[in-house]
Amino acid sequence: METAPKQGRDVPPKKDRLQAKKKKPRRYWEEEATLTAAGASPGPPRNKKRNRELRPQRPKNTNIAKKSRISRKPQLPRKHRERRNTEPQRSVSGAQDPFPGPAPVPVEVARKFRRIDKSKKLPHSKSKTRNRLEVAEAEEEEISIKAARSELLLAEEPGFLEGEDGEDTAKIRQADIVEAVDIASAAKHFDLNLRQFGPYRLNYSPTGRHLAFGGRRGHVATLDWVTKRLMCEINVMEAVRDIRFLHSEALLAVAQNRWLHIYDNQGIELHCIRRCDRVTRLEFLPFHFLLATASETGFLTYLDVSVGKIVAALNARAGRLDVMTKNPYNAVIHLGHSNGTVSLWSPAMKEPLAKILCHRGGVRAVAVDSAGTYMATSGLDHQLKIFDLRGMFQPLSARTLPQGAGHLAFSQRGLLAAGIGDVVNIWAGQGKASPPSLEQPYLTHRLSGHVHGLHFCPFEDVLGVGHNGGITSMLVPGAAEPNFDGLESNPYRSQKQRQEWEVKALLEKVPAELICLDPRALAEVDVISLEQEKKERIERLGYDPEAKAPFQPKPKRKGRSSTASLVKRKRKVMDEEHRDKVRQSLELQPQKQEKKAKPLRARPSALDRFVC
Amino acid sequence: MSVVRAAESLLALSQQEELEDLPKDYPLSPSEDEGDIDGERKHQKLLEAISSLDGKNRWKLAERSEASLKVSEFNVTSEGSGEKLVLSDLLGPVKTSSSLATVKKQLNRVKSKKTVELPLNKEEVERIHREVAFNKTSQALSKWDPIILKNRQAEQLVFPLKKEQSAFAPIEHVLSGWKARTPLEQEVFNLLHKNKQPVTDPLLTPVEKASLKAMSLEEAKMRRAELQRARALQSYYEARARREKKIKSKKYHKVLKKGKARKALREFEKLQKANPTAALEELEKIEKARMMERMSLKHQNSGKWAKSKAIMAKYDLEARQAMQEQLARNKELTQKLQVASDSEEEEEGAEEEGELVPDAVNEIQMDANGPNPWMLRNHLRGTGEAKVRDPEKLPEPVAHEASESEEEERPGAEEEILLNEFEERRSLRKKSALNQDTEPVSRQEPKDSSSKEVLSELRALSQKLNRENQQCGKQNMSSTRTVPAVQREEPAEVEEEPLLLQRPERAHTVEELEELGKEECFQNKEVPKPMGEGQQSERNPNNQPGTPKEKKRKEEMIDLQNLLTTKSPSVKSLAVPTTVEELEDEEERDQKRMIKEAFAGDDVIRDFLKEKREAVEASKPKDVDLTLPGWGEWGGMGLKPSAKKRRRFLIKTPEGPPRKDKNLPNVIINEKRNVHAAAHQVRVLPYPFTHHQQFERTIQTPIGSTWNTQRAFQKLTMPKVVTKPGHIIKPIKAEDVGYRSSSRSDLSVVQRNPKQLSIRHKKQLKKNSVD
Repeated sequence: METAPKQGRDVPPKKDRLQAKKKKPRRYWEEEATLTAAGASPGPPRNKKRNRELRPQRPKNTNIAKKSRISRKPQLPRKHRERRNTEPQRSVSGAQDPFPGPAPVPVEVARKFRRIDKSKKLPHSKSKTRNRLEVAEAEEEEISIKAARSELLLAEEPGFLEGEDGEDTAKIRQADIVEAVDIASAAKHFDLNLRQFGPYRLNYSPTGRHLAFGGRRGHVATLDWVTKRLMCEINVMEAVRDIRFLHSEALLAVAQNRWLHIYDNQGIELHCIRRCDRVTRLEFLPFHFLLATASETGFLTYLDVSVGKIVAALNARAGRLDVMTKNPYNAVIHLGHSNGTVSLWSPAMKEPLAKILCHRGGVRAVAVDSAGTYMATSGLDHQLKIFDLRGMFQPLSARTLPQGAGHLAFSQRGLLAAGIGDVVNIWAGQGKASPPSLEQPYLTHRLSGHVHGLHFCPFEDVLGVGHNGGITSMLVPGAAEPNFDGLESNPYRSQKQRQEWEVKALLEKVPAELICLDPRALAEVDVISLEQEKKERIERLGYDPEAKAPFQPKPKRKGRSSTASLVKRKRKVMDEEHRDKVRQSLELQPQKQEKKAKPLRARPSALDRFVC
Repeated sequence: MSVVRAAESLLALSQQEELEDLPKDYPLSPSEDEGDIDGERKHQKLLEAISSLDGKNRWKLAERSEASLKVSEFNVTSEGSGEKLVLSDLLGPVKTSSSLATVKKQLNRVKSKKTVELPLNKEEVERIHREVAFNKTSQALSKWDPIILKNRQAEQLVFPLKKEQSAFAPIEHVLSGWKARTPLEQEVFNLLHKNKQPVTDPLLTPVEKASLKAMSLEEAKMRRAELQRARALQSYYEARARREKKIKSKKYHKVLKKGKARKALREFEKLQKANPTAALEELEKIEKARMMERMSLKHQNSGKWAKSKAIMAKYDLEARQAMQEQLARNKELTQKLQVASDSEEEEEGAEEEGELVPDAVNEIQMDANGPNPWMLRNHLRGTGEAKVRDPEKLPEPVAHEASESEEEERPGAEEEILLNEFEERRSLRKKSALNQDTEPVSRQEPKDSSSKEVLSELRALSQKLNRENQQCGKQNMSSTRTVPAVQREEPAEVEEEPLLLQRPERAHTVEELEELGKEECFQNKEVPKPMGEGQQSERNPNNQPGTPKEKKRKEEMIDLQNLLTTKSPSVKSLAVPTTVEELEDEEERDQKRMIKEAFAGDDVIRDFLKEKREAVEASKPKDVDLTLPGWGEWGGMGLKPSAKKRRRFLIKTPEGPPRKDKNLPNVIINEKRNVHAAAHQVRVLPYPFTHHQQFERTIQTPIGSTWNTQRAFQKLTMPKVVTKPGHIIKPIKAEDVGYRSSSRSDLSVVQRNPKQLSIRHKKQLKKNSVD
């Protein structure tokens, strides 16, 4: 029914002239149509609506945005008219949508979710292949738009600290911050005075709700730090080197003097893992369910906590290991060594994936940010450096600290904390994806004892510091991610939810051997074995089934198709191919020639012998 | 010929006809009926004639049995000698009788008919039938192709295929079965009836509906006529264009071109009068054409055609003319356009003068008024070089210069470069004057000597490493010797080539140079051992472009330089917590010294470089040595196969791709393949893809719910085929997809009427039918 009036209007404007000559047949809807046609230009075509979706939009939740919306208002009524004309359907109540069509999506946000790198040139493809590629690209675009639209759900905004004109934020003390913030946030700043059991290491659970700490003299405790409810408190009667939550707050790994022990949330010892002895540092890889331990004996051991098996025990051949961190992006373990290098490890390889020379002296601390882009190292040469981990491993910035940092930690939003003696310095970058600038500290805090452990609490603007005198929970505005994923790590989850999540996480466990430097490389075709298989197939068949058939000249008209001319034509094509090959090889040649030319230029003169 | 033959055949025919007609003619002749005497003879003759009919003695001559009055010499009977011969009698037989024509026709037909061909054998006939049937069937089936394609490309197929597209029925249909029951309803209906509103009847009559759907006849006609007209016009135009395109006459084309040129000129003149700005644009176009001509040298008598003409020109006047014409055209095109304005002429004069003056002076002039694109670009390039000061770009001209000084090929180009350099230096000086306040910052860079030292050492060592790698075996020893030599040469170079001094990294003034020297001295005091190396490395990056080095090497060194700049720590004093600050400021220097002393022994960098070298060596593919000692020559203890032989039997493995850490001196990246991970990777390319990159692009988007919104996840994991449980899935029908007739009936039709056959088949079929 709808099409009838539309057709009448869709005919080209030329028609009017023709109609003027002859008498136009009259229609009962004619009056209405002519009226509307006079009022407005013909309605926009359908696909234009889609284009409008992608046009850049004002940033959300700002004053400017509201202003711009107001300024646009005068245009709006015209739009309704157009829409009403093109689509006669109306809602039952007669009310109209003031913002017709799907909500526009900002282009920059959508670009953030793009996965296909279109800068890479593809080899020429046939039409069928091209179809598939087009479908894949269209799908990706649609999905990115959907994802961009769902950004709206991230309602929370990160906190920040801003000095009054020219005031140094580093001079703002914790007490000032506590005074300024609301009561709930102020309660997050606290000190635990535990002078008896020596310097503390601490760890927050992945949801950020629970805190575990262990003192060197055997004191181990876990608590729900938000409500300050103690879950368990024991003394293991042995030196505690490190402490770490496993995938949930119910399990706790403690590196003790001899062996590695695992406790539950009531302090009951579940396991004593004797194959991991003299462990100095612990690290947990949540998606692989791997507990990585670095020991005094120089071994890096991966323990699969879901099945209780040791996946790999790698000898780092660099003496005692006591500096370790994980790269949350690709689950690679970074070890710092006394010869100034940082080595990157995966359980699938016996040798380090990469070795980076970072310092002249030994490496004291390493930290990697949550996106796996930057690595901060501090060494015995009192330097603090930030490295870019994306392929080049080059230092971005460096600075000398008076005492050198013994502990480093990155927050979720890229703030870098360093424990320098009894002082904690925090540096912040310009944005989320930028490295922290080491020019000016963002915050500093002085503690009652030497720092022994640093950990940023996930989803809370809190930095936990373990030191000689106990535990300090600092407020660091803007440290944590404000929006949490309720399905992934929900701070408010119930026990039931936790159990369900556990099952799901176990089902989605990533095999340990998939850990590699570039996880996206897994989505690439294994070219080496592809070629190998192809070669084998050719050997088996005795010919190449995919090879281009040799050129067979077509028979020409009578008299033209003599044997000689056929051969000539064949030869021509062959020569052309040969020329192509030569051309390609010539392109590679200059490099070689340069190599040859070089020794000529650097030829030593006869007088050189008198120099040394 | 054919005429003669036709005549002959006609003659032959007439003879035969005469013979046949003989028996008829005799009895009909009236002249012999008269005499009684003649009666007998006539009878006899008749008998004779009858007897002669049997064919044997047809040609028997009439015998002379008795004497006659007049004996004819020529065997002509004397009967009827008294009678007169009438002309009409003679002419009689010439007229063709109707019976003759029919015979002729028959004869013709018989003649034209050749021998009848054999019928085709059964197999062949069947084969032809099969072929025809196949063609028909495939044609009939090909109409399904788009549907198949659509179904294959469809994101999702839902079975059974739903037919009813619009389940929406007008309200009146729904209401037809409904009756008012409650009193309120009845009341409302009464009201409606009173006002004669349609209640259950359709709101529109069927006729109205139909008219709604259809376009009016007049409109349709008009539209069709218009379309027809447009189509006809287009076809005319196309035909004309095609015809004109086919014309091969060169003269025609020449004339056409000339005509066009003339027209353009006329228009231009008109335009000049009417709209000077547009004319200027046109002028620019012409200027561009001139530029193109100058660039391309199209009419320089250097083309293939021109060369062939040049050979001919000696003998052929036309060819000569053509060549001259071309040259004239070249001249015409390359000639600068004279626009009547004095100022520009002046400029031209200035330009000519400028050639005497160095470019640098000239360029400033051009800056103010530069319509000439050539000059403009030149100028831009000069300023660009000065402004950008790209460390990577700059070394190039210098290196160029160095090479040129050796070769001394193009002095002019060299001069230009030199002039550019001058210009650059001057602008740089200006800039340095402006940026006085920024410089101190950069000057303070080397203050933190510790990190710089690390780097310099690293660099020096890596250099050494490189050298060692590049010069294999024998040269290893000499390489260490060359280092100081190079070092010694470099200061001299600095003095010789002041041009090099303008690099941004360099010290710009004398004081800075002094400072640099001081620093080096300081370093020397501090660490006496690596002094030479340190110094060298300090200078080396700066002098690098000047020294003859390999390109690859250069690249690496640049990287190292980057390392240096990034590693230099921030200048400002550290903002430590207030309590610590005082302590640190004083002790900083002491601590550094202490650290240096502490780490003097363990040379971390050297160890690392050694390790890296080992790793590189280990990852290199090994050459295969197939030498058999003692084969073809003496063997035994202490005897080695000759070098020549070894070289001959050494199979060199091809060099693999360059290492990822080739240019990263502080990194060792493991190049080994992760076999465990590779087991999870795709190793077979699925069907339509021919290259792995194509396939990779389609699997780059993750489909898990972790990375996607719920909707997107559902869409990505949507099943390709959905079947409704409890429904019969019938095969697709033509009606389902909008075709009128079913495919089967189509086929039967095809087999019955063999109308659309290929020509060959038609012929063959015809043959068969004739048989």
